[in-house]
Amino acid sequence: MKAGRLEPREKQSKLRSLFRRQIFIPIAALLVLVIFNLITNPSFFAVKLDYNSAGNPVFTGNLVTILDNASELAILAIGMTLVTAASGGQDISVGAAIAIAGSVTLRVLCGDNARPETLQAPIIVAFLVCCVASMLFGAFNGTLVAYFKIQPMVATLILYTAGRSIAAWINNNTLPNISEPSFGYAGNFIPGIPVPTPILIAIACMIVIALVLKFTTLGLYTQAVGINPNSSRLNGINPAFIKFITYVILGLCVAVAGFIKVSRFSTINYSVVAKDIEMDAILAVALGGNALSGGKFNMAASILGAYVIQFLTTTLYAFNVDSSALPAYKAVVVIILVVLSAPTFQQKLTRLKKKPKMAAAAKEGN
Amino acid sequence: MQEGAVLEMRGICKYFPGVRALQDVDFTLREGEIHALMGENGAGKSTLIKVLTGVYEKDNGEIFLKGREGAVNIRSPQDAQNVGISTVYQEITLCPNLTVAENMFIARTKSKGVNWGAMNRRAGEILRSLDIPAAPTQQLGSCSIAVQQMVAIARAVDMECKVLILDEPTSSLDEQEVQKLFKLMLDLKKKGVGIIFVTHFLEQVYEVCDRITVLRDGQLVGEYVIEDLPRVQLVSKMLGKDLDEMADIKKEHTGEVDMSESGVVLEAHQLASVAGIKPFDFQIRKGEVNGFTGLLGSGRSESVRALFGADRTTSGTIKIGGKTVKIHKPLDAMKHGVGYLPEDRKRDGIVGDLSVRDNIILAMQVMRGFFRPISRAKAEEYAQEYINLLEIKTASSDTPIKSLSGGNQQKCILARWLLTNPSYLILDEPTRGIDIGTKIEIQKLVLKLADEGKSVTFISSEIDEMLRTCSRLIVMRDRKIVGELKGEDLTQAKIMATIAGGESAS
Amino acid sequence: MARSNSTVKGERLKPQRTGLSDTNLLLIITLAVFLVMYVAAVVFLGSGFRKPQTFFNMLNENAALIILSCGMSIVMITGGIDISVGTMTALVCMTCAVNLDYQSGTIASAIGLALMIGVLYGLVQGYIIAYLEIQPFIVTLAGMFFAKGMTTIVNADQFNVANESFQALKLTRINVPGMGSVNKLGNYVPAYVEIGVIVAVVIVVLLFVLLRWSKLGRNFYAVGGNQQSANMLGINVKRTKFLAHFLCSVLASIGGFVYFLHVGSGSPSHASGYEMNAIASSIIGGTMLTGGVGNILGTFFGVMSLSTIKNIVSSLGLDEAWWSNITVAAMICLFLVIQSVVLLRKNKK
Repeated sequence: MKAGRLEPREKQSKLRSLFRRQIFIPIAALLVLVIFNLITNPSFFAVKLDYNSAGNPVFTGNLVTILDNASELAILAIGMTLVTAASGGQDISVGAAIAIAGSVTLRVLCGDNARPETLQAPIIVAFLVCCVASMLFGAFNGTLVAYFKIQPMVATLILYTAGRSIAAWINNNTLPNISEPSFGYAGNFIPGIPVPTPILIAIACMIVIALVLKFTTLGLYTQAVGINPNSSRLNGINPAFIKFITYVILGLCVAVAGFIKVSRFSTINYSVVAKDIEMDAILAVALGGNALSGGKFNMAASILGAYVIQFLTTTLYAFNVDSSALPAYKAVVVIILVVLSAPTFQQKLTRLKKKPKMAAAAKEGN
Repeated sequence: MQEGAVLEMRGICKYFPGVRALQDVDFTLREGEIHALMGENGAGKSTLIKVLTGVYEKDNGEIFLKGREGAVNIRSPQDAQNVGISTVYQEITLCPNLTVAENMFIARTKSKGVNWGAMNRRAGEILRSLDIPAAPTQQLGSCSIAVQQMVAIARAVDMECKVLILDEPTSSLDEQEVQKLFKLMLDLKKKGVGIIFVTHFLEQVYEVCDRITVLRDGQLVGEYVIEDLPRVQLVSKMLGKDLDEMADIKKEHTGEVDMSESGVVLEAHQLASVAGIKPFDFQIRKGEVNGFTGLLGSGRSESVRALFGADRTTSGTIKIGGKTVKIHKPLDAMKHGVGYLPEDRKRDGIVGDLSVRDNIILAMQVMRGFFRPISRAKAEEYAQEYINLLEIKTASSDTPIKSLSGGNQQKCILARWLLTNPSYLILDEPTRGIDIGTKIEIQKLVLKLADEGKSVTFISSEIDEMLRTCSRLIVMRDRKIVGELKGEDLTQAKIMATIAGGESAS
Repeated sequence: MARSNSTVKGERLKPQRTGLSDTNLLLIITLAVFLVMYVAAVVFLGSGFRKPQTFFNMLNENAALIILSCGMSIVMITGGIDISVGTMTALVCMTCAVNLDYQSGTIASAIGLALMIGVLYGLVQGYIIAYLEIQPFIVTLAGMFFAKGMTTIVNADQFNVANESFQALKLTRINVPGMGSVNKLGNYVPAYVEIGVIVAVVIVVLLFVLLRWSKLGRNFYAVGGNQQSANMLGINVKRTKFLAHFLCSVLASIGGFVYFLHVGSGSPSHASGYEMNAIASSIIGGTMLTGGVGNILGTFFGVMSLSTIKNIVSSLGLDEAWWSNITVAAMICLFLVIQSVVLLRKNKK
């Protein structure tokens, strides 16, 4: 043991606590929200079994609302985390891409008729077409980022600008409406199952990504590429392709989220659907403690971050905050969270605490 | 303060998480002297300098400067400049998007404005007087690394400073430029400037320095006048042990090379790449250690990069084990049992934020394929095996590799390739910027690999090192092979002559 | 051959030609594309584009965007980003409108309020980004949300300002000497600009001078080029970043007031998407999001290019709303590809 080093164990426990810290922030935020809500309204989390207009049993309550509404965001957070890790930037076109995904779905189901009596194609076909289309748009973003080496935010600015217009153009600017009840299953309830379907879909997506990360090397590759693309290439990884593929995966997440969105309402409003969801998705990644400059990531923390955002929104609604004023409160909470978790801020705090101690130590030394 | 001293550092302490980088270090610099700061990697030289220049905040200790009452408080590089300390850092710390002249003058003037005309004129004068081949209005990023380093030096010496710090400024300079730098240093010395000189090259220390301070493991070993400290003693003070290990390491090496028909491991025919090397032929046999040598930019790195598929090849064929193979990308080469340790460790080697474990298993993982991840337990087993085998100093296999010292990082990269069990390993400058102890370990390892029947290509800037390890040297000049030396021809003089092209190498 | 342990190093490199800097190269591309587009519009589309007023209307419409984009460029040059400027504009509009109509404020008080918002925003965002070292994207994202919510808290509905002195200022037109056209009735109508344009032009000139000839301006470039190096060279990186973000927020508040002066109303939906327009304009103007490269003149022409393409699309008779967005996107795409190809080729050399 050399004199200049500390005990390895001491070092290890420090590192471990650091590792813990990343998931600590979203969990702590969730806990604070839970406790806050329990104090102000002990029945906040009550879940009731009701019957909806169709006579099916459904669970209702704030908790169900939170989990239900956060589904799309949680699904997007999965893709956004990978994109952030591999390319060191974010995709700001996901909201517009959701509009396209929804528009494509409706176009396939409705054909040229905006109010079809019967569906023009099976729902599963519409979903698959929607997936393919979204993945193609993801591939477009991915190509610009990976092969033309354009910064992700700038590259996706293109689709951000054009996306909603493309969505409107796909349906000739009409607003299709689907009366077929089975189309609403994905966004609402499947008869007989009292849990909102989006929650189930989100859970399914999480299981899929957990399996993918466990049984492939996607996690290692994206992190390696995000940290050092040169070194990755010399170790046999194709960094451009890995970046590209993360955008395609995000495209798939967009397709699922978009499908849920149109299924919820059975129609679409091109300029409003999933508005600003890209910002929330990026926020989820950041709240999960992931560096937006890429590299190491923690998928669970990102997904938790998405639920924190929705939890916050629902809590504010419970306090009768006007929906259009909501962002202001959200902003304050977000700033508090990121400032508290910032290493620089923590250093400043510890320095403040340490100062009297160090002064005392210096006196003793002299 | 001592009589004649311009700078005194007393009891400097600096802690990083888990490491005491500096412990109670004293350092004195006198007027008009060149003072070498020596030590192995991780000994604390760079940390001491960064404390002095305000890049790091010291945790304890005091700094005194001539002409200033009491301890000075240096909190930022700006403060350091203001009190008359100017610095040239090891890595180039200039802005590539600004012009050469701007880089020389930015953050130095008191006025709020920029006078382009005057600045360019003055920069032009300095560049001419130092014979630096760059125009003042040229964007710095378009200059070669050596020129950039000279620009950094020009900036530092042009400042009216009392203390000049040169932190390994010579690693990217050629012989002529080094001599120019030494002349500059001697001029400044005459004017009474105190110069701190950090370098790995012992030769350079004995050429220009007056005094040596040696650090080891973050602690002061001692301060010596140069005449009192012969080279061998300096090295043993740096290493903290005697020099038995530096003895001829080739002794146990059998040097057996399989000369049979089937002994050729890799053979290249008229290979050329986009990096601009002229078509060349090359072959290496089982159990052989060969080397590429030549001046910087002669194409030695580019040649091996072409063999590994790191640069796209434009012509030629490669045969591995007698069969013609197509190598378009590194993975192709890896699959045929070729490993490559790149020249620039930081840029091309380590994946900084990943753990030591992930860095070690990376190449093997890629070879196994996307759908067959190595389990965590297995990865840990591999990592521990090589941490023990190569004596990598790390707190755990979970530690991010970037927090290791340079030599230990290099060992991790070596472990990465050894884990893939390659039949042919290319090591491009494996010992650059690494302490002497680790250098010798790596050289020994190379010979051991050869004895095990593997083939190794070893490239180094230090000819001594190549002579110790290689049985055959390929000499390159102007991006083509100009000679091949082996056996009795392997002498320093002969190599230099071949590099220079028949004339004497001066 | 003197030294036994000598290093083998490269030979002397010949001096290189002084090439165009990245900043100037991208500026030239922007200028060329703008000119080609405008000349083509004049030649092929005729009538409308031949009137000088068409050009000055583009300025009138975009004065606010020009100011916002200038601020954005400065932040981008230092390697940051600010996506709060769009909703900040809406907040400034609404606050000024409420002040003028409901609180019997004067123009001076409205301007004061606008600047106060800018200064506060700049101080808070700048401090958090520069001194607490939090990613600018997240900080300004929060700033964007905050302004958005605050606007509706100040007043949730759109309304037009009736204040008389404000109306007078809003309608003030400054004739451009020597420019004008003959209308259908045969009368000569001089070309005019609004007050906002004067403000925008003054700001463009001031910032151009700042970036080119002031120490602070060059520090912006240095910090964007390589932050660590800039620190080692003795530049106060934190203060420089702080000032960049501070400047951007103050410019956003000035731009917000100019926008207010142009539209004369307060609404939560004002200037929506302007942050992205500002980023797009900066990019088309040759500023790179990676930092260290950019030019205020380029940004000005970036805004004008965007505006020109929108005008061309509408005069081609493609009235459906989506065409404008799609062409703008196509244009950003084109510019990005040109830039990336040019820079990649240049750096390969």
